[in-house]
Amino acid sequence: MQYEKATVQDMREVLAKGDSSAIDLLKEAKRVIAEKDGEVKAFVEVFDSAEEDAKRADTMLKEGRAMPLTGIPIAIKDNICIAGNTVTAASKMLEGFVSPYDATVTARLRAQGAVLVGRTNLDEFAMGSSTERSVYGTTYNPHDTERVSGGSSGGSAAAVAMGAVPLALGSDTGGSIRQPASFCGIVGLKPTYGALSRHGLIALGSSLDVIGPLARTADDAKLLFEVLQGEEGQYDSTVEIFAGIGQKNNTEKIIGVPDAVTTVGISQETLDAFNATLERLKGKGYTVREVSLPIMEKAGAIYYIIQPAEASSNLARFDGVRYGYHKDGKEVWGDYVQTRSSGFGEEVSRRIVVGSYVLSAGYYDAYYKKAVAARDAMRQAFLKELQEVSILVMPTTPDIAFKEGAIQDPIAMYAEDRLTLQANLTGLPAISIPMAVEGLPRGMQVIGDYNSEETLFACAKDIEQS
Amino acid sequence: MKTYTPTIGLEVHAELLTESKLFCGCRNDPNSDDPNMFICPICVGYPGALPYMNKQAVEHMLRIGVALGGELASFTEFDRKHYFYPDIPKGYQISQYAFPLVKHASLNKVGIERIHLEEDTAKSAHDVCSRGSVIDFNRSGVPLMELVTEPVIHSAEEARAFGDILQQTLRYLGVARARMEWGEMRVEANISVSKTDTLGTKVEVKNLNSFKAVSGAIEYEIERQTALLEQGEQIAQETRGWNENTGKTFSQRSKETSAEYRYMPEPDLPKYYIDRMPEWDAESLRATLPELPERRMERYTEELKLDAKKADVLVKNKPLGDLFDGVLQTVEHADAIRLTANYLSSDVMQYVEEGNDTLFERLTADALAEVIQMLIDGELSSRGAKEVIAVLVKEGGAARGIAERQGLFQESDESALQEVITKVVAGNEAAVAEYKAGKEQALQFLVGQVMKETRGSANPTKAQELLKEALK
Repeated sequence: MQYEKATVQDMREVLAKGDSSAIDLLKEAKRVIAEKDGEVKAFVEVFDSAEEDAKRADTMLKEGRAMPLTGIPIAIKDNICIAGNTVTAASKMLEGFVSPYDATVTARLRAQGAVLVGRTNLDEFAMGSSTERSVYGTTYNPHDTERVSGGSSGGSAAAVAMGAVPLALGSDTGGSIRQPASFCGIVGLKPTYGALSRHGLIALGSSLDVIGPLARTADDAKLLFEVLQGEEGQYDSTVEIFAGIGQKNNTEKIIGVPDAVTTVGISQETLDAFNATLERLKGKGYTVREVSLPIMEKAGAIYYIIQPAEASSNLARFDGVRYGYHKDGKEVWGDYVQTRSSGFGEEVSRRIVVGSYVLSAGYYDAYYKKAVAARDAMRQAFLKELQEVSILVMPTTPDIAFKEGAIQDPIAMYAEDRLTLQANLTGLPAISIPMAVEGLPRGMQVIGDYNSEETLFACAKDIEQS
Repeated sequence: MKTYTPTIGLEVHAELLTESKLFCGCRNDPNSDDPNMFICPICVGYPGALPYMNKQAVEHMLRIGVALGGELASFTEFDRKHYFYPDIPKGYQISQYAFPLVKHASLNKVGIERIHLEEDTAKSAHDVCSRGSVIDFNRSGVPLMELVTEPVIHSAEEARAFGDILQQTLRYLGVARARMEWGEMRVEANISVSKTDTLGTKVEVKNLNSFKAVSGAIEYEIERQTALLEQGEQIAQETRGWNENTGKTFSQRSKETSAEYRYMPEPDLPKYYIDRMPEWDAESLRATLPELPERRMERYTEELKLDAKKADVLVKNKPLGDLFDGVLQTVEHADAIRLTANYLSSDVMQYVEEGNDTLFERLTADALAEVIQMLIDGELSSRGAKEVIAVLVKEGGAARGIAERQGLFQESDESALQEVITKVVAGNEAAVAEYKAGKEQALQFLVGQVMKETRGSANPTKAQELLKEALK
């Protein structure tokens, strides 16, 4: 077994046979990190606690108590809480902050006996599409280290792509799992909103945020997703919102391609790869239809009101009073001003300002309220099309990973998400799968009805095998 | 000359009595002596922690709504109210803005605009630590009811009466302790005066933590505002505080720039469709309501003909009223109402005022009914009854057993009493002579001696009868 290329299934087999131990796999993970991460910079910390995790996993294996992820190394995006470990959201604001509690997802991984190898880099508070805006610096693309890994889950995507771990957890608010998965040539799932508990994920946009798996294969992503599901200890009441609706199993294999795909500025190379993939899918029994979804193009305008609004609110708790970074000022108010002005980076500050503005009296109706109405309209439009077709497909990103520093204008950076925002605004599940291409990776995105992850995994597998 | 009419609206906050806090499992114990004992990542606003709804709090709110004849929301949602202060850990308070749980209620003929549910803040203390201000998060996230009346109150007296009956109602419903001195109920008053039909500029007086403060602040404001207008001056729209010592309000901050709370629907909680929840149907909730204080007062004064003062004591102290009703269920005698009301409003009330707040666990309706019955049957003197009640309050137990142990039964047994009388007659020659000489008062003295000799257990009527017989 070559560790860097092994699937979770491969690892489970060697663990079951006793050919390798969890400690061995952890050593392999550390070897890859030592070899490659100096350049890639996916990890911001390799946990001391990983050793303990691995020992515990080996005991479970020895005692015949192994579960699907026992002993499997996994990387965690540095905005998901692990009790006793540092979590920073790549912000100075949380420097040295140790979480007193486990996120629901990390508690599940612990119960499985998974080995939490380390925390991975991201854009500060998950705001970005390149993992360049981190207090820890840029995470580079393992396929070409002059280029970015994508973002905001760039560290998790790069960790999987460079072979350090077969699995990683990311979070996706506007494309933050799918876009880096696409740039790094791996699989990334943004589940149905609420399918996995957000408890313990440092919030960016509460109505948009989801936690999801990144993996090298659709099967591995599916395994991680399924392990993290379940009602126990969710501590998140928004899981109810879309629970029990939508189509769980759709075997009809009718693909809808939104007309907007041709109008939103996707590179010719990506369009060619996309069309070639569609052709191959036809060979696997899929029929392809064009569907009309002009509202797709409004996603940026809607998203960049709602998300900053929620972010400005969610980040209000970082005031330097109870934890994290603190800078003294004059009186309490001065402390707030000093702490928040110097603790948050530029992009985070920008969104707090925009978000506060659109929620202010007099602007709420003009911006926030309209955006919420437009979001509803988008949801209706998508659901209408999903009655006609079983899945919607499009490229995940307009083009391949860009070079570090290539996008300076914040609006241009926002535009990188123009194909991924819709799934977050509607709450629908979406997966990004590498298309078979020469050169740097390009991802194909498959969007399904609520709770249709199984359909997405099946289609992803068809793409992998075509 | 037309006089100035005061117009007052009240905002009342009350902490709800629930097992746990509003959005987490922490114990709801805001007044614990141990700061920061009942806290968790959720109520201290740690990164990534999410709220989840305490249904008991929602149910309390809906029961309040039904009790006050309000309109229950069919749809409701929560909102974030943003401001920075060290005692709100998330930088926002989860409250309700556009869709309060209850609208259009009324109490004591005062219209209530809305009643909504929100989380309480933590408590700051500025003088307990030499290194600076400190915060106790035990109160953070405790469920809090906010009730807003319409501006339809016109005097301090009316305002006080409203607060009073509201406090009683919350206690009767078992949804709040509402002790103002503990901050479990807090009142703010919006006060204006005007000579015309147009309302004057309103002044908000905050943090009124007793009914005395409520009426004091209102009276002072009416006087202050009237005097200013009389001098041709303007009333500044502002928030004022109340100084208990000076009996005056004082300016806290100007309201010229209205607060910008950036209200936003709370995305961490789902929307609630109350009308789709059968257990929260208004009729089902109404069935859970106890008799409310307004109705109890009416029953005591009009049906049972209690005097207003005693009725007031029994109504204001619900456990006393409950005991009263309990006794009347078992003791059927014309005197039972008067006797029970007397003992409860004097003796038992005194124990309550002494701070004996667990006495109702021992002084049960059954035990008290037995005391009253023994009184009516002449087995106990009123002094004996007081003593039995004292023991019940302290130790509990069965009334008859206590009376027996303490030797408190009135001696109606003639032969036993006869012995005592013979002894008293023999030992008090002077009094006997005076009586025989026609001095009636001397008989009372002799009865007193019999009572003394029997430690109060003699039946005085019987003793008098036998004495007269002996002295013939």
